[in-house]
Amino acid sequence: MSLADKDRIFTNVYGYQSWHLDAAQARGDWDNTKDLIARGRDAIIQEMKDSGLRGRGGAGFPTGMKWSFMPKEPPKDAAGNPRPSFLVINADESEPGSCKDREILRHDPHKLIEGALVAGFAMGARAAYIYVRGEYIREAEVLFAAVQEAYDAGLLGKNAAGSGYDYDVFVHRGAGAYICGEETAMIESLEGKKGQPRLKPPFPAGAGLYGCPTTVNNVESIAVAPTILRRGASWFASFGAENNRGTKLFQISGHVNKPCVVEEAMSIPFSELIEKHCGGIRGGKDNLLAVIPGGSSVPLVPAAQIWDAPMDFDGLKAVGSGLGTAAVIVMDKSTDIVRAISRLSYFYKHESCGQCTPCREGTGWMWRVMERLRTGEAQVEEIDMLQQVTKQVEGHTICALGDAAAWPIQGLIRHFRPEIERRIEERLGNLAVAAE
Amino acid sequence: MAERSIEPDTPELRARWGDFTWTQHWAEKAKAALARYPEGRQRSAVMAFLDYAQRQVGEATNTQGWLPIPVIEFVARELGMPVVRVLEVATFYTMYNLVPVGRFHVQVCGTTPCMLRGSDDIIAACEKRGMHHGHTTKDGLWTFTEVECMGNCASAPMVQINDDNYEDLTAERIDAILDALARGETPKVGTQEPGRHTVEPAGALSSLKAMVEENHDYRGEWA
Repeated sequence: MSLADKDRIFTNVYGYQSWHLDAAQARGDWDNTKDLIARGRDAIIQEMKDSGLRGRGGAGFPTGMKWSFMPKEPPKDAAGNPRPSFLVINADESEPGSCKDREILRHDPHKLIEGALVAGFAMGARAAYIYVRGEYIREAEVLFAAVQEAYDAGLLGKNAAGSGYDYDVFVHRGAGAYICGEETAMIESLEGKKGQPRLKPPFPAGAGLYGCPTTVNNVESIAVAPTILRRGASWFASFGAENNRGTKLFQISGHVNKPCVVEEAMSIPFSELIEKHCGGIRGGKDNLLAVIPGGSSVPLVPAAQIWDAPMDFDGLKAVGSGLGTAAVIVMDKSTDIVRAISRLSYFYKHESCGQCTPCREGTGWMWRVMERLRTGEAQVEEIDMLQQVTKQVEGHTICALGDAAAWPIQGLIRHFRPEIERRIEERLGNLAVAAE
Repeated sequence: MAERSIEPDTPELRARWGDFTWTQHWAEKAKAALARYPEGRQRSAVMAFLDYAQRQVGEATNTQGWLPIPVIEFVARELGMPVVRVLEVATFYTMYNLVPVGRFHVQVCGTTPCMLRGSDDIIAACEKRGMHHGHTTKDGLWTFTEVECMGNCASAPMVQINDDNYEDLTAERIDAILDALARGETPKVGTQEPGRHTVEPAGALSSLKAMVEENHDYRGEWA
């Protein structure tokens, strides 16, 4: 059974209706937000924990638990004055395949802004910074305007929404750097620096933005919070399998008949997601080659293994991949699979921040070898060499970009080694024929 | 890492941009940006300042805009930052143009989701018009860049031209858009697929049908 419209959170995801405050309120946003806040910090966090919501930005860390890591009492600076805490909302959506936060920003921004207030209150934050990727120019314009509407209506600022809580929401635009989606790089960028990740610890909840306690959450994680509080944890937890609860925005791109963004119940089987919303695989089910189910950083899954897999954290882990941001990149049999992955290697080479040597040098090296494998101008031994190099990059960098660059290649070698070997042999065969 | 280098610092460049200062419009925007950050943290506004400076240069040159060294120095003075710290930011983020660009910056996404949907054809259509990666055409109209994922994957392939996105492209559709821009017209932004609104399944809405006609409030159906 699939998700009913009444249980969809993002009812204006396609932008058929206005994003403005009055229209958003008519759909149920900002409905007595004061009452949600009156429940108190602990009750809100408990409700979020009970809902089973796991972070929607890729890592899947339980959202309620993350909020609970923020200090209950503000820490004091050297002079004994309390230091503020911050909520940073990650709208730096740049993972290839991901295009869901864009729809929230431009079509349902008030869900995000209301969520920013409720979440910020629950963690004792003084303000939220929403970090929007630079390329989302029109989307940021909508968000700036929506925030202004909320201020003008008394929903933000002093005594936000009549709650007695003073709270600000600021929008910060990025300028084109994938790495700023990493939480500590985002904090560096917010401070006006190059977006290069920080070593952890200290973790942001201890020392984040401006050295103050900070929580970084994905747009979708924050935007669903008010609805979860209104409808109750048990409502949200009624969707999806154990440990994978709730509804989720899926983004299906590539070789389906109708690519789209759609909110569905977690754990929906891949086949149902594709058949119901995307008009099926281009050329039919038998034409499916492989799927990257969670954005470019997760390993691909061959057709036979993905077809019945539940689209959730555990179900995709079981087939050697991950849910990531639920960005489903579908590839049919016309795909040059080596090129598809090599293009991702180029992406990581382009986006490496250059801080850690294994990633700075390794991403370029891996891309160059991938290009050799793509054309077949390589030796068979280079496949194992490449595999080894991915293992030397993975886990040896400050942030996960090195891992993200390694995993797609490992997935390709795991599942399509015969294809890579075929290209090399074909080229060697052609050389032999030419020599005769 | 992205390969980036800055325009050489020459007497001509200094003569042209040495006295750069905000116009009233951008001065107001800059003031508002500063107000978003706590006391003593004005450095956080450097990204906004560089964006505004680039746009003001764009207005002065009738291009998308770029960041000559004297303009970067101006931003550093405004924020009380060492020039090298501002330069570091300007060179790190790819949306800051470090060399002069054309009237239109044609940024075609070539990452895998767009590639699977035919971005090769879009790039070929641009190249057929004399554009090539990292260069500006002789008439100063087009600067062409193949960029990394722009987050429009469900309406791929796509191009961003200055501030607007054009999605669901084909070679014919990108040609029509570029022709229109060259004629000084304003082509329709967003998806170019007839009948498609945004990122719904084209022509076959599979959910939220009630939202098409009215701003439907589903709360009455909550059990």
